[in-house]
Amino acid sequence: MSHHEPEVIVLPPDTEKIKKLWRVAGILLAVTLLEFVIAFTLPHGPAKTFLFVILTIVKAGYIVGEFMHLRHEVKVLFWAVLIPMMFVVWMLVTFVYEGTKIIRI
Amino acid sequence: MAHASAEVSHGKSVWDGGTSPMGVSYGKLMMWFFLMSDAFTFSGLLITYGLVRSSNPAWTGSVNDFVFSTVHWPIPEKVYDAIPFVHGVELPLVFVGFMTFVLIMSSVTMVLAVEAGHRMDRHAVEKWMLWTIVGGLTFLSCQAWEWTHFIIGSGAGTPANDVINGVFNHSRLIQGANLVENQYGPPAFADFFFFITGFHGFHVFTGVLFNFLIFYNAVTGVYDRRGHYEMVEKVGLYWHFVDLVWVFVFTFFYLV
Repeated sequence: MSHHEPEVIVLPPDTEKIKKLWRVAGILLAVTLLEFVIAFTLPHGPAKTFLFVILTIVKAGYIVGEFMHLRHEVKVLFWAVLIPMMFVVWMLVTFVYEGTKIIRI
Repeated sequence: MAHASAEVSHGKSVWDGGTSPMGVSYGKLMMWFFLMSDAFTFSGLLITYGLVRSSNPAWTGSVNDFVFSTVHWPIPEKVYDAIPFVHGVELPLVFVGFMTFVLIMSSVTMVLAVEAGHRMDRHAVEKWMLWTIVGGLTFLSCQAWEWTHFIIGSGAGTPANDVINGVFNHSRLIQGANLVENQYGPPAFADFFFFITGFHGFHVFTGVLFNFLIFYNAVTGVYDRRGHYEMVEKVGLYWHFVDLVWVFVFTFFYLV
């Protein structure tokens, strides 16, 4: 078997990159903790929901942008993913609004 | 990376052929395509949830006075307030918070496996893939407990809205949850819980299978012989997507 094994050159760890990844992880965990604090301190209402949505988008941005590497991809790919998702967000907003009107019928 | 950007010779467009306009390999682009379609499926579920939830009456009193009823939508922190082995203590959202922590951490170990793959470091890929698999299995176990607790139910139960001989009858108590009725709120509440967290859990399950496949191939030296670890990146995209969906489920199901 051993004569089939290819020569593999292992590069040293990119400490700068790894440090950056752990920083992103720290941000994600901090935002989740912040969501917890908000869940038990602020009164229920549209303002609280809005704040949660903003924090969720921040988390989603870090996951897609850094972990999935989309922020560093070619612009065409970046927008090809982002633009359809913007329409989905709009769809969510309209349907939730629609629901609040159904209740009054 | 060789294909990090779409290079093109002077005077020609990237769309004239001979180059990858999106700047990624075929396999990675197809994974992005698949994830987009999967995102639409999850969006469909979450948008329907938003519509149905906002068309049901919400609890208008204070959080402390909240009572379960089949006629208004429950406050999430009153439903998900238990953790394993601790009985009778109200710890709202703590367990689901732990699940979120586990999934985010497994996403971090996955991205570290991808980084190790770029360096052709087989041992580091094996180590981080194994941690990712452990994280996925932990999450699935937590969800199994969460579902069991949800289905069996707790407390005295909630009066049902039965109609017997044309008269409302509230003498029967609903315990736990199924697809027909549940003790927490309107029937649709448990239906959405089962469908959305179930569909996500199924994604986590397949993700763990893919992760194991990658781990197995790395251990047996498949990627060393192939000369690159791009499969780790592709499956990594899927795994991060599963984490991403959970971020949305966590907000819309457990927090709002």
